[in-house]
Amino acid sequence: MSDEDIVNNNLTALVVDDSPMIRKLHEMHLKKFGLKVQVAENGKNAVDLFRCGASFNLILMDKEMPIMDGAEATKELRIMGVTSMIVGVTSLDSIFERQAFMEAGLDHCFTKPLTSENIIFLLQELNNKNNEEN
Amino acid sequence: MDVVNQLQRQFLDYSASLHREGFLDDQFTQLQKLQDENSPDFVVEVASLFFEDCEKLINNMARALEQQQGVDFKQVDASVHQLKGSSSSIGAMRVKNVCIAFRSFCEAQNREGCLRCLQQVTQEYSLLKNKLQTLFRLEQQILAAGGSVPTIE
Repeated sequence: MSDEDIVNNNLTALVVDDSPMIRKLHEMHLKKFGLKVQVAENGKNAVDLFRCGASFNLILMDKEMPIMDGAEATKELRIMGVTSMIVGVTSLDSIFERQAFMEAGLDHCFTKPLTSENIIFLLQELNNKNNEEN
Repeated sequence: MDVVNQLQRQFLDYSASLHREGFLDDQFTQLQKLQDENSPDFVVEVASLFFEDCEKLINNMARALEQQQGVDFKQVDASVHQLKGSSSSIGAMRVKNVCIAFRSFCEAQNREGCLRCLQQVTQEYSLLKNKLQTLFRLEQQILAAGGSVPTIE
């Protein structure tokens, strides 16, 4: 993928995290790569957005959130038939906990903090996914 | 031009010292790289949100540790875990390191150890806040003098 390809995408993303700081950070990271970004402050809000008909190519999902956590939200979205790429972003250090989060239906799981390399990787994956589906 | 050069030098030296003394790590530099003309206050805004987070979480930890009937270490740990996440995301290395130690004491259900860490984390957060405010002030002075803030590699 050329640099231009990476930035000129029509990709949309949803950042789900209860920390306003992390939401702002991840939003900026993604915007830098040309994505249109929305934010949600917990799993329930994310699920509600989808129920109202919104859709996103990419979801960045925090694990620990009040009301509905990342694992529950991911399970819910998959049950609803959501095929977006769902990527866990978590500061969980236990392998067991990460595994459980992955099993909820994640496509990938990264440790906080998110880096530009992570995003480039995700964009390539999304590009591959789009190519497969077309 | 001389004034600008002087201020820029000051800014770079101060920045270098913050990294050298472990207050900030590479993650903070990554943050600075994300800032651009469309979002000229990005770093300052993220820092403000971080400090709000710190204050809220530190209060939660203090309240949980004060409980006379028995400390809910899981609750304390949850707040420390969150603070560890935020601090590593902004590059607040010293705060993050205290959080790592703090979590061990939570796991061991060691109230004394936890209280010591709480004190340390409060101290580190205050120090960092002051230092970042100084850094941001230097940036403002450079801009006011008509210069541009040097990028750190």
